[in-house]
Amino acid sequence: MAATEEIRGVGHSVKRVEDARFIRGRGNYFDDITLPGMLHLEFLRSPLAHARIKSIDTSAAEAVPGVVAVVTGELLAQHNLAWMPTLSGDTQAVLATDKVRFQGQEVAAVIAETVYIARDAVELIDVDYDPLPAITSPQQALAKDAPVIRDEKEGQEDNRIYSVASGDKEATDKAFAAADRVVELDTFYPRCHPAPLECCGCVADVDSATGKTTIYMTSQAPHVHRTLFALVAGLPEHKIRIISPDLGGGFGNKVPIYPGYVVATAASLLIGRPVKWVEDRTGNLISTGFARDFHMHGELALEGDKITGLRVTLLSDNGAFFADAQPTKCKAGLFDIVTGSYDIPAADVQAEGAYTNKAPGGVAYRCSFRVTEASYLIERLVQTAAYEIDMDPAEFRRANLIKPDQFPYTSATGFEYDSGDYEAALDLALEKIGYAELRKEQEEAREEGRLLGIGIATFTEVVGAGKGIEYQIAGLRMNDGAELRIHPTGKAVLKLSVKSQGQGHETTFAQIVAEELGLQPEDVEVQEGDTDNTPYGLGTYASRSTPVSGAATAMVSRRVRNKAKKIAAHLLEASADDIDFEDGRFVVKGAPEKAKTIQEVAFAAYTSVPQGLECGLEAVYYYDPPNMTYPFGTYAVLVEIDRGTGAWKVRKVVAVDDCGVRINPMIVEGQIMGGLTEGFGIAAMELITFDEEGNCIGSNFMDYLLPTAWETPSFDLGETVTPSPHHPLGAKGVGESATVGSPAAYVNAVVDALAHAGVRNLEMPVTSDKVWAALNEVGLAE
Amino acid sequence: MTETATEQAVHTKQVTAAVNGQARSAAVETRLLLVHFIRETLGLTGTHIGCDTTSCGACTVLLDGVPVKSCTMFAVQADGHELTTVEGLAPPGGLHPVQEGFHEEHGLQCGFCTPGMMLTATALLAENPDPSEEEIRWAISGNICRCTGYQNIVKSVQYAAAKMKEASE
Repeated sequence: MAATEEIRGVGHSVKRVEDARFIRGRGNYFDDITLPGMLHLEFLRSPLAHARIKSIDTSAAEAVPGVVAVVTGELLAQHNLAWMPTLSGDTQAVLATDKVRFQGQEVAAVIAETVYIARDAVELIDVDYDPLPAITSPQQALAKDAPVIRDEKEGQEDNRIYSVASGDKEATDKAFAAADRVVELDTFYPRCHPAPLECCGCVADVDSATGKTTIYMTSQAPHVHRTLFALVAGLPEHKIRIISPDLGGGFGNKVPIYPGYVVATAASLLIGRPVKWVEDRTGNLISTGFARDFHMHGELALEGDKITGLRVTLLSDNGAFFADAQPTKCKAGLFDIVTGSYDIPAADVQAEGAYTNKAPGGVAYRCSFRVTEASYLIERLVQTAAYEIDMDPAEFRRANLIKPDQFPYTSATGFEYDSGDYEAALDLALEKIGYAELRKEQEEAREEGRLLGIGIATFTEVVGAGKGIEYQIAGLRMNDGAELRIHPTGKAVLKLSVKSQGQGHETTFAQIVAEELGLQPEDVEVQEGDTDNTPYGLGTYASRSTPVSGAATAMVSRRVRNKAKKIAAHLLEASADDIDFEDGRFVVKGAPEKAKTIQEVAFAAYTSVPQGLECGLEAVYYYDPPNMTYPFGTYAVLVEIDRGTGAWKVRKVVAVDDCGVRINPMIVEGQIMGGLTEGFGIAAMELITFDEEGNCIGSNFMDYLLPTAWETPSFDLGETVTPSPHHPLGAKGVGESATVGSPAAYVNAVVDALAHAGVRNLEMPVTSDKVWAALNEVGLAE
Repeated sequence: MTETATEQAVHTKQVTAAVNGQARSAAVETRLLLVHFIRETLGLTGTHIGCDTTSCGACTVLLDGVPVKSCTMFAVQADGHELTTVEGLAPPGGLHPVQEGFHEEHGLQCGFCTPGMMLTATALLAENPDPSEEEIRWAISGNICRCTGYQNIVKSVQYAAAKMKEASE
């Protein structure tokens, strides 16, 4: 056997293999795909938020040379495609027929030889609208006599989507009755948008000769999308091939199915040529999966410095269609994680959702189904409570954290937390930021007339859905498959159901195989995104890839390893029971000099397999997580406020994350820094809002502000490692931790700078004008 | 509504530019955006489109060595100029120090902003071979990255600066 070189498996910061194409401009994003005879689709979008469509005249558009077809809802209705099901069990208009229900809604589509011609023709479509009053908040939507937005739905008599409760109301009422103090917070997590740098789109290619439909699309969940296409369009599933090529970011925006995919596919079917749809930025911001828009009221019951109860009422604005991905039974997603890192004996959560005349969506943006809102509420509430009982916010947290010996911990809302050592993460973060000294500096600064604030968030997430019997999307169990083939020369191909949007799957998952089989990661090619060539699974969002697909990869590797052991035993003339897998080799127990590498075993698998054993070395594994994973951490932020302008500057960010075992620490840290930046954007500037007529404000990157390198702070990262006991590698997932945990830390810091003057809340985005108003209110403005 | 062939011809112009060191020429509609000329006419798909409003920088290319956002320039404005796209940063098989830096320092994730970001960085280093962190952050502030949080991009540019300095010594 060959001299052993250290296997760069789990725990190594292996440089990314996918970089090779991206740094050369050789990525393969869907818009880079050009097929022979390809046509282009452009949408006419509604200028009004709520209006009845009286007529649509497409004749002038159709007359433009180069226009091949103009598609309307009426045409789609003839094929039963004017409406489609959503991932949360509602319906959504593909092209509007009866009414438009939000500004930017797709009304008609032009299919033309070039994008320029298509855009010219869109301008010539004449729609006669009869305007209706626009509803722009869920409070308006649920008011008596509000016009019914979804009047086409049988039995829908108001604008309510759902009304659900969880936890234990009776126990919570008791806790509040017995409390010596109750602390409240009303807050609104505003509408923001994942805004991946690449917008959505597709190239749909229906081959009329073979009946095969190939759709290159921006999909974080290609297998789910294929099944839905089969169900919606009545196409045989094996004749649909979804290829999700390189994705220019996703953050949840590329989970739902959008009208563009459906219209492009229908057009390709009807015309017999490939059709490309490229969304522009405005289309992306005004019509696709937004995030949050969540009104929250929280109350904590306190006895001394202990939290004894939590009561929450929620009102979500889901826009005109309930269209975001939802694990079947949880209408408010996984919001029940709202008890966070704290040992709270009783909780009561009441949630309602409403339709409004705004774009549909709600849960996306780097968040595991409303975990972000939950984390924000509890972290803001806890800080408020600390001020009210005049206790240091870090120490108040410490007093209420779930202790290590309480795991597995069942929360008052029914989650079973897998593992945690919250205090260790808190201690490390406080030490790294120099908390005690900073509190002194804050005091001294105040005397000099300067305002410093220190914000903390000791968050816990729930990710990796997850336990197929309880969590399903469109009825599909949230499981993921992995298929591993080892070729005769010992090189491997790993095929996965998930889909990277920049997370580095081609590197990380190769490292898992490397670890489990003794290969180098560069000898493993990871393939994803093509439904014809990868096993079924629910895709990448909600930090699922490592918890679910990473586990599937480890398990499929072990399945291959078990067979490899038998072959090694044959080669080493030993019994399979006497073969151990040690240091990346198959070794005879007690005789370390007798060993075979995976390469030797792989060759034998195809050349000299023992009698009675099948030839080849490959396996498939479908992983159904026994539980979700619960990453956690402590973020600490130091800000300074300009009393003259209300501007606040981040001086320091410390982020201690515990995501269990880190497979590729470099990639993990990259994920955290990206999330800390998006969290900063949400806290400081990102906002989609609407005027009273339902006009979207925040419909381009001049109005919807994103952090640049100039505003974005530097980050000081730390880690603790508490493995997940039920994940085969002990990993928990990390993609969303920082967007979940950090917004509260930033806001807590700004509030902290003003807390001594009585300020308790500032709403996101915390822009300087809001801080300026608060400074004036409490007499701190300069 | 429809135009005659003559009217269309009026709106067409020959554009000739030195693209990545090679003379490229095409007759284009005068309203054709530079980014579409690069991506569709020339087939250089490494230049991306992210926002349509000059805000994000995914479409950044170098025009006579200066970063420009090709989504808000017309192709005809590039006539007679030199263009550098990501495909022209290094000869085939080679890597520019900036490309190497982005790989070594994990300065990219989804890769969509990367070409524009690298071209902006290249222009910065041509003008200022030893930029401070602040100068780097300012220089790339017209290029949005949604994935990395910029810290590693700053390191990538610093890596390239060091590498280029080493090579020039």
